[in-house]
Amino acid sequence: MILLQVVVGGLLLGAVYALFSSGLTLIWGMMNVVNFAHGDFVMLAMYVAFLGYTVLGLGPAWFIPLAAAVMFLFGLLVYFALIRHVSRGPMLAQILSTFGLALLLRYSAFWVFSANFVTLPDTLVGGNFAIGGLRLQASRLVAGATALLLTIGLDLLLTRTALGGRLLAVAEDRAAAQLVGIRPDRMQALAWGIGAASTGIAGGLIALFFYISPTVGESLALIAFVTVCLGGFGSVPGALLAGLAIGVIESLSAYLIGPVYQDVVVYALFVLVLWVRPQGLLGRA
Amino acid sequence: MTAAPLLRVQNLAVRYGDLVGVSDISLAVAEGAVVALLGSNGAGKTTTLNAIAGLVPPASGTIDWRGRDIARRPAHEIVRSGLALSPEGWRLFVQQTVEQNLRLGATVLADRARASELLARVYELFPRLAERRRQRAGTLSGGERQMLALGRALMSDPKLLMLDEPSLGLAPAVVERMYEALAKLNREGLPLLLAEQSVELALEIADHAYVLQTGRTVLAGPAEELAGNAEVQRIYLGVA
Repeated sequence: MILLQVVVGGLLLGAVYALFSSGLTLIWGMMNVVNFAHGDFVMLAMYVAFLGYTVLGLGPAWFIPLAAAVMFLFGLLVYFALIRHVSRGPMLAQILSTFGLALLLRYSAFWVFSANFVTLPDTLVGGNFAIGGLRLQASRLVAGATALLLTIGLDLLLTRTALGGRLLAVAEDRAAAQLVGIRPDRMQALAWGIGAASTGIAGGLIALFFYISPTVGESLALIAFVTVCLGGFGSVPGALLAGLAIGVIESLSAYLIGPVYQDVVVYALFVLVLWVRPQGLLGRA
Repeated sequence: MTAAPLLRVQNLAVRYGDLVGVSDISLAVAEGAVVALLGSNGAGKTTTLNAIAGLVPPASGTIDWRGRDIARRPAHEIVRSGLALSPEGWRLFVQQTVEQNLRLGATVLADRARASELLARVYELFPRLAERRRQRAGTLSGGERQMLALGRALMSDPKLLMLDEPSLGLAPAVVERMYEALAKLNREGLPLLLAEQSVELALEIADHAYVLQTGRTVLAGPAEELAGNAEVQRIYLGVA
């Protein structure tokens, strides 16, 4: 029973990993740009949620959409102010620019918010409850379920709508997309907006049960990269599968071996999977 | 060919860095005409079409399309103005279905009803595509891919259709069907500009042809004249 409890807990956390990782995989799939600042986007979103609560007095049903909207606009800003210019430059310029952005965001957060950890009150999404012997934290259940639905929603947006078709067309063949009248620039900006909005929602959800600090993005970025590699670059269903798997593996190894070693197990499995299947679980060779 | 031509290219030059793509191309396409660009591999046919479609910027020269200079306009704007290209190598969205590819072809149309009309017309022209509408484009055969590339270009409701090597790599029977479809489209009033390595095929359907050699237009004339000129064929087209 405890094992089941651990697995469910891992799945709920994994769904949140899947949500912000699918934002990273979307940006990568659209324009082969690695956003090294992705984890710090989540950090920023967590602070937006925090300010939404403390300054504006908003509840989760408001500060999470607020974080999504702010991050959507922030994604557009990053695209137009930075990415669009460096994407014409050498690969190294692209890598260093998002890496530089990560450091800028992180140390700006130190400056504005100080290094102190802050948390939202854990009563925001009320307490614990039991389903058939499973004891669940309501905040984690809400976070996991919301993240799962939104990740599936993102996949449906991409595969079932005209807009998604245009996004994927640019991802697949920029020139061919232009030939049918799509403006690649707009689609790429939109991908940055959507990718950043996914960190907005994920950050708001994580803030419900996790501490907020300027460096919280570091470990989240690593998780996002592992998730995207494991799931296959550019694949949202892959990110979902990989995110859930990583959540469960983390929880299981924390329970069975010890919390200190959970990362070791995750990265060992990660290296192993890539050794066997370099294109990731659902990636195309 | 008395009225002002629909499309007139004058002294077009394209450079890829230090490489010269084409150095001096001039051509014209009249309303309702079929015009062929002939020449061996590397003569500059693809570069010429890509420059007209806006995929590569011309270094110099003018491209006059229905009274407007479109040289250096972006590709998405050019297709919106009614000038479509079915590109070399098809460039299909292989991860998406046949119907999704066709729908993407109609991106420039504001009118949804018109898009559905065109879709029905493409399926009528190529019933094979209708059979495979739910299949991913990546699973199609070469001939079906060519049909889909042509269909996708038609979905933008073009006033002039450019085709880059519509016969390349296809079985003779498929090529014949493709050219029947092109002839039918032209009879219905659609002007065509096609790049073609197969001289015989092209001169059969074309009214007018241009011969390209190492990036320059070296010869132009009515198709029947070029077809009858054995010397021209031997020298410029490498046909025995």
